[in-house]
Amino acid sequence: MLSRLVIVSAGCLKSSSPLGAGLVQASRSLHTSSQSLAPVPALPEKGGKVRHGIFPEEIFQLLYPKTGVTGPYMLGTGLLLYMLSKEIYVINHETFAAASIGGVIIYGIKKFGPSVAAFADKLNEEKVAKAQEVKDVAMSSLAQAVEEEKKEQWRAEGRSMLFEAKRNNVAMLLETNFRERLHMVTNEVKRRLDYQVALQYLHTRMEQEHMVNWVEKSVISSITPQQEKESIAKCITDLKALAKATQAKAMA
Amino acid sequence: MADRPVPVIEKRLMDVKLGELGSWLGGRDFTPNGLISAVRRGHDRYYNKYINVKKGGIGGVAMLLVGYVAMSYMWEYDHIKHDRWRKYH
Repeated sequence: MLSRLVIVSAGCLKSSSPLGAGLVQASRSLHTSSQSLAPVPALPEKGGKVRHGIFPEEIFQLLYPKTGVTGPYMLGTGLLLYMLSKEIYVINHETFAAASIGGVIIYGIKKFGPSVAAFADKLNEEKVAKAQEVKDVAMSSLAQAVEEEKKEQWRAEGRSMLFEAKRNNVAMLLETNFRERLHMVTNEVKRRLDYQVALQYLHTRMEQEHMVNWVEKSVISSITPQQEKESIAKCITDLKALAKATQAKAMA
Repeated sequence: MADRPVPVIEKRLMDVKLGELGSWLGGRDFTPNGLISAVRRGHDRYYNKYINVKKGGIGGVAMLLVGYVAMSYMWEYDHIKHDRWRKYH
């Protein structure tokens, strides 16, 4: 679990010091060849197996066919005794220091190992969740943009209907205007013709009246006084005869 | 199981036979670039196997520390020699 903390801190190390950034590069080259379009493989779940914290499992597997399960332990014991007896490893004050430090370290690891591991796992998980969230947000926003683009395309299809309606409007306006002017022309022409008709009627009436007046005046002026006396005398005799006739009729 | 013959320099160390060891060593790249790339490859292998995993254990870092302790003991051996318990040094 210390290695998990190493990964967590390697991230800040990469960004903090330029020397660190030069040495700690991306350990896996991503998409270097022109044909690798596959997604980056995920990290392996567990690292190489290590026994007792410091001995890689490969040594045990190497010696298993020849010496069985206890082989590596016998090898270790033999080497230790050889180094002690030949004093290749010297026991001095540092040995006690190393022993106590080793004891404390082992005790600490056994006691606090799992909790530190869980903490580092949680940190990693948070980072992954944040990246995943960014990716999800980006994908959803892009999908929405695609939806809106499609809707715009559908809207653009209706453009022809819009132009059709506008064209109809304009045609109707033109028609209305044309009919208005037609009405106006008809009315004006009718007015002028009516005026001419009234004028002619007036002419004939005036000629008629004038002629009648003229004829009356000429007749009246042609009646001489002598004729007037004669006609009055005739009227009186006629009246007398008539009176006689009615008197006779009334008496009978 | 012999597929097409591979030039001896390009084989991995575990596949090199004992007799070919000399020519294998002679053909390796010892220029500074080659050395640095060899160190980088070794570092990448160790890093990707023990540290760059989802649930790494103590082993990845502990092995490095134990290696450091052992190497520092070896470098200081000339000084530690004087603490030996034998009678005649």
